[in-house]
Amino acid sequence: MSAPTELLNVQIDGVWHQFQKGTRVIEACAQAGKFIPHYCYHPKLSSPGNCRMCLIEMGMPKLGADRKPEIGADGKPVINWIPRPQISCAQDIAEGMGIRTESPMVKECRNGVMEFLLINHPLDCPICDQAGECHLQEYSVEFGTSGSRFLDEKVKKPKRVEIGPRVTLDDERCILCSRCIRFMKEVAHDDVLGFVSRGSHTYLTAHPDRLLDSNYSLNTVDICPVGALTSSDFRFKMRVWFLKETKSICTSCATGCNTIIGTRQNEVFRQTPRENDAVNSAWMCDYGRLNFHYVNYPDRLKTPQIRESQGLVDASWNSALVKAGEALKQFQKDEVAVIASARMTNEELWLTKKLIDSIGTSRHDVVPRTGKADEILMSADRNPNTLGAQLFGVTSETPGSGLKAIADKIRSGAIKAVVVLGENLAELGLTVDELRKLGALIVIDILPNETTRSATVLLPSSAFSEKRGSMINIKGRLQRLNRATQPPGMARDDWEIIRDLIQQLTGSNGIYLIEDVFKQITDSIPEMNALSLSKISDKGVQLVEETQEASATV
Amino acid sequence: MASTTRTPHPREKRIIFKNIDRPDWTNDIGCYLQDGGYEELKKALTMNPQEIVNEVKASGLRGRGGAGFPCGVKWGFIKPGGPKPAYLICNADESEPGTFKDRYIIHQDPHQLLEGMIISCFAVNARLAYIYIRGEFPEGAKILERALAEAREHGFLGKNILGSGFDLEIYVFRGAGAYICGEETGLIESMEGKRPYPRIKPPYFPAVLGLYLCPTIVNNVETLCNVKYIVRIGGAEYAKIGKPNNTGTRLLCVSGDVQRPGYYEFEVGGVTMGELIYDICGGLKPGRTLKAVIPGGSSAKVLSAKDRYKIKTKRPDGTMVENEIGLEDVPLDFDTLAAVGSMAGSGGVIVMDDTREMVWALNNINEFYAHESCGQCTPCREGSLWMKKITERMLHGGGAERDTDTLKSVADNIAGRTICAFGEACAWPTQSFVAKFRDEFVATAGTKGNGNGSTNH
Repeated sequence: MSAPTELLNVQIDGVWHQFQKGTRVIEACAQAGKFIPHYCYHPKLSSPGNCRMCLIEMGMPKLGADRKPEIGADGKPVINWIPRPQISCAQDIAEGMGIRTESPMVKECRNGVMEFLLINHPLDCPICDQAGECHLQEYSVEFGTSGSRFLDEKVKKPKRVEIGPRVTLDDERCILCSRCIRFMKEVAHDDVLGFVSRGSHTYLTAHPDRLLDSNYSLNTVDICPVGALTSSDFRFKMRVWFLKETKSICTSCATGCNTIIGTRQNEVFRQTPRENDAVNSAWMCDYGRLNFHYVNYPDRLKTPQIRESQGLVDASWNSALVKAGEALKQFQKDEVAVIASARMTNEELWLTKKLIDSIGTSRHDVVPRTGKADEILMSADRNPNTLGAQLFGVTSETPGSGLKAIADKIRSGAIKAVVVLGENLAELGLTVDELRKLGALIVIDILPNETTRSATVLLPSSAFSEKRGSMINIKGRLQRLNRATQPPGMARDDWEIIRDLIQQLTGSNGIYLIEDVFKQITDSIPEMNALSLSKISDKGVQLVEETQEASATV
Repeated sequence: MASTTRTPHPREKRIIFKNIDRPDWTNDIGCYLQDGGYEELKKALTMNPQEIVNEVKASGLRGRGGAGFPCGVKWGFIKPGGPKPAYLICNADESEPGTFKDRYIIHQDPHQLLEGMIISCFAVNARLAYIYIRGEFPEGAKILERALAEAREHGFLGKNILGSGFDLEIYVFRGAGAYICGEETGLIESMEGKRPYPRIKPPYFPAVLGLYLCPTIVNNVETLCNVKYIVRIGGAEYAKIGKPNNTGTRLLCVSGDVQRPGYYEFEVGGVTMGELIYDICGGLKPGRTLKAVIPGGSSAKVLSAKDRYKIKTKRPDGTMVENEIGLEDVPLDFDTLAAVGSMAGSGGVIVMDDTREMVWALNNINEFYAHESCGQCTPCREGSLWMKKITERMLHGGGAERDTDTLKSVADNIAGRTICAFGEACAWPTQSFVAKFRDEFVATAGTKGNGNGSTNH
């Protein structure tokens, strides 16, 4: 435990509170239940104090002749109020400070700023993609006036600017809060945005030789308080108030950024970052954010299939599973290989290991995916759950080190049957012809590829947004995925499919719910004792101390 | 530059402008040295820096840039022996409409400025200083560069100045043409290569977190020149010039409807508005009467010739007496101009006679501020242009009845709510013009307007 922090006494709207030293005035007010409207302030960025929406009245203790605070009848310091309103976003609280958030002066200030922001703002809410999550709309209702006194022509600025490959800019809607500029400079370390021109004619633009093409560009859309920056991917697809929001995590790399999946009528429309200081602050990369469209693809695998003489034909789950079990039983232990995926959840990987054990084979691994770490959020490991795959013994210390031997043995005929979970064997260099020679190819996957087309039994499963389960990120943090959509057609949860396959080989195993799987895991992994899926909070549980190396991000 | 040289008016007390328009005068160092130049520097280098700060404090010198902040107090914010270097910046971004004093010092007497600067740097222990000159003064920049080279040749700059052990370099930094660069934190941002967005205070007080977040003093050209004379005659003697709390001389730039506009130097409060206009500037044009005066640059609140002002003055026995005076009797010092609801500001006195239409005059000012608002913070960015749009529309036949009230309310929503003093600078003209000449605004909206705010021209 660190040393106890000093507490300071602050009066807010007549009531004395205590806050930790170093608290921003705006945050102290929020803690006291007094929300201060703001545009430019963002807790993760520097404070320029430019929007003037957070103006409040502030005072400091009145000092007597002895330079000590005068004490009033209530036994508290008498406050000397500063006649000018002060911004609450850039100052820390001080001992004996007084704050008024509801005084006539404060109301006048907010009303004035709202009017100023709106005189040149287009009233295009009905066609603006930000509607429903627009601070200008919200504060206008709360702090603005219904009519406008503005009789003159509005300032004209560039519209529908493709400021980057994924972001569209409407400069007329921009309120010049500079959040996006500060984000790109301070967080994305790519100082590509800036203001040009002057006064009310100021507008946002990218550097003349550049585009807003950073892999973090869409975070500017998230933090834009108005409809100036919108996602070219998401805009006009769905009104935000129709979206169902599900807390989950991104599965595009081992960082595991916390997310909100926005869905409607079983379709994923967007992913946005969810704040978690232990993982991703308030950000996520564009690659991970946009890596969901495949979930909605029409060619998702929807029906179990069995290979007959004429090719793959639809089958019932029962017949497909029976067929898979019978096929696997025909081979010697090491004639069977299991290729799993480090994109699978802990629960799926745990059961995969049980399947491997049921088969008795020593030939199993996962397919590694690596890239360049960007020193912001993106991990070099592009699989989200390598640690889980290692922890449960599906792969080794060096994921993928067994793959070449397995591929060679498939080619030589030493391996006669393969169970593939969520991977494409073509990526190991195996051709369709080689795969077709296998005695059995049991494939669990969500989209068609060379492997699914070569399967003898094809079992359709679920995408990340359709799953409940857990993963362990690169920093050893156990995090939870929640189901945002249902898998299409007859596709099922992966864990259920694997459980049923095991049952085909070894008979009933008493696992009915995903919680039963998790219980088995916690019983055997000391670091996870006493945990349940429910007890992994929205922000995850740190299983092991962060290593220096692993914490080198954000 | 003045095309013709002119002799000072007998009422003037020329200290800073001593050499301006002298027929025998050139702006090179030879002429300056022959005239006893750099003697005060030699004297200062024998003094303890703190001693100089104390003399400046004792002199009561107030900043000549516009705000009138006591110079010695400002210097006192620089704590000696800090871990970071201190910088001194001479603010030569003279841009306030109606103000044209600093340019004459730069053009005709640059070494006076350099000497004042070197002494000031020695006093606050700054080893690096800059002259921030506005982009529209290319000739002034050349003159300063030459003067700096001359000073270096003579050992007044560089290492171990005159054997004192004090090192100093001064560089000229040219602005690119923006009024906001005269705001000291905007100026500093501009020097750091950024948009000149003024900084929020707290925490960015220049004396604590200035240029490159090091302690920085920013002084106006005229202020720094005064330092030389304080060293010459001592703070106590200097404080005898002018009035208590309003010491020294003041450069006044008179423009507008007078017979002899131009620059003048008086003891602070040494003349009244009436004396300035009628005795010194040759009076109004024939047949005209005085309507209004903006006494301290275009951002200062306008004063009406019709108004009466209650002024408290101290009798010799120490008791206070209240007098009611007219505009022509207002002495031009910091405190009186503040007491009558305006300010001494930058020293730019703009005189308007009865032919001046107040809506036109305000629109002229509003155009300037709308053009120069940096756009960083909301009230000034949106409000300055809005006010300009209203006055422009009123002038061109689109006035609405409510315009007068809207103007006032817009200005009220700017003043006191912005990051820097530009908010006041752009709001004060509107607030004062509408308050003092309300009938004229209402009438313009009524006669030139169709009542609903639309323009039919």
